[in-house]
Amino acid sequence: MSMPEHLDMDEAEEERPRGSQRLPASLRRDQPLVPVDSVAGRALVVVIAILTFLAALSAGAAMLAARASEQWRGAVANEMTIQVRPDPRRNIEQDIARAVELARAVPSVAEARPMPRTESDKLLEPWLGAGLDLVELPVPRLIVLRLSSAVANDLVTFGQTLRREVPSATLDDHRLWVRRLSTMASTIILAGVAVVLLVLVAAGLAVAFATRGAMAGSRDSVEVLHFVGATDEFIAREFQTRFVALGLRGGAAGGFAAILAIALLGLLSSAWSATPEADQLQALFGAFEIGWSGYAVVVLVAAVVAAIAGLVSRLTVRHYLRAMG
Amino acid sequence: MVRFENVGLRYGMGPEVLKDINFSIAPRSFQYLTGPSGAGKTTLIRLVLMALKPTRGLVNLFGQDVSRLEAATLTDFRRRMGVVFQDFRLLDHLTVYENVALPLRVIGKEETSYRAEVVELLRWVGLGERMHAVPAVLSGGEKQRAAIARALISRPQLLLADEPTGNVDPGLGRRLLRLFMELQSLGTAVVIATHDIALMELYDAPRLVLADGHLHVDA
Repeated sequence: MSMPEHLDMDEAEEERPRGSQRLPASLRRDQPLVPVDSVAGRALVVVIAILTFLAALSAGAAMLAARASEQWRGAVANEMTIQVRPDPRRNIEQDIARAVELARAVPSVAEARPMPRTESDKLLEPWLGAGLDLVELPVPRLIVLRLSSAVANDLVTFGQTLRREVPSATLDDHRLWVRRLSTMASTIILAGVAVVLLVLVAAGLAVAFATRGAMAGSRDSVEVLHFVGATDEFIAREFQTRFVALGLRGGAAGGFAAILAIALLGLLSSAWSATPEADQLQALFGAFEIGWSGYAVVVLVAAVVAAIAGLVSRLTVRHYLRAMG
Repeated sequence: MVRFENVGLRYGMGPEVLKDINFSIAPRSFQYLTGPSGAGKTTLIRLVLMALKPTRGLVNLFGQDVSRLEAATLTDFRRRMGVVFQDFRLLDHLTVYENVALPLRVIGKEETSYRAEVVELLRWVGLGERMHAVPAVLSGGEKQRAAIARALISRPQLLLADEPTGNVDPGLGRRLLRLFMELQSLGTAVVIATHDIALMELYDAPRLVLADGHLHVDA
């Protein structure tokens, strides 16, 4: 704008443009145009951080269950055992040899390995302790069968033959157990996913209420923005930018806390790995690790929370502006 | 530029606060909008700004009937108007520079394209040394000039100033009036809402007089 030279204002006389005076690179501080009250903003960051933490932990637990279930399946899906119980009327070594012979005759059994007495005794150590003489105890003996394929139709007939030929032997089909564990793991995974979804909905609602509060508090600023020619789209974008920033801060804090908590639990579980309780937990859940994919899921949850914050604030502002209009 | 025909306004089920308002604002004109406090000067300005909808009558802005305006056109019309509010309505969390640059920022201009222009305008209104200050530390006169600079930065075709001298001493009031006269000479239509008779006597111009909800033009 070309200014007249003769503006008669005292201060203006003193501050007439000084031709070659250089301007700073930027005079803008990139302040948001719509102020979000700092106390409310901080409270929202804390709420989002807590929700992200809970969602990330749920996602982590679901990942842990998924990995454990995968490990169980990988370990036992292609295995079965024959349990031969001691019977004073029978020779157990002969029963074992007969059972192995029968098993090897089944086409779907790739390998049948009788477990030596020392090895089966070792299985009892976690419950009975080491150094005990188990010779007098009627400890069952095991035969480990490795199947050639997961689908084995001839095993039902084999089970019946085994019962007939070696009455003291029973065939343990691990696959039923695996199916039950898998169902349990799937339930845990579904529950984890449901919790994550609920937490995301809660985060969205928290942001919607915070946005409405911010809009009500900034009504004057919004009106001024309208008067100076801002479109609803521009104002919505300003709020969205602000709330995405808050969402990112909260999401990053919650996600980081969740990663820290998971890593700490992993460390604690390895520190206690020598104890029977830890062995039992490890047997159930495998190593307490969620892996890189798990950590990626946690980061993803934090990013989704920030994206939801932006989207919800934008929709809320557009709705509010329509109502204002 | 602005034409009101038989415009009436009531709030809710209350009585009409503005009745049968008829007037027009020509391009490059200068007029006062006057009347006692509470007569409806600010309300009339808000009608021109399309912040209020009339309950009856025709409002025509820049050649268009506003009752059928699209949101995009409404924004476009507001960009062609500058407004100085009685209470300044500067954004408290922004500096004087940021407040004055606001109309350019909202239309998506890069700061580098308007920095020199804003600084020049701030120096012109005597706020060159206060451009980094926030409104809370400005005097009434400084806020008034910042609000005026914000209204002028986008070179509006129409300037609406609501009691622009209401918060300043008579000397500064006279200087601000000269500023508005300069603007008119540069091509802006100026409407100054005031009840300051002394100010209106300094420069003779048509007066839109509001009283009891009615408006008459005192040429």
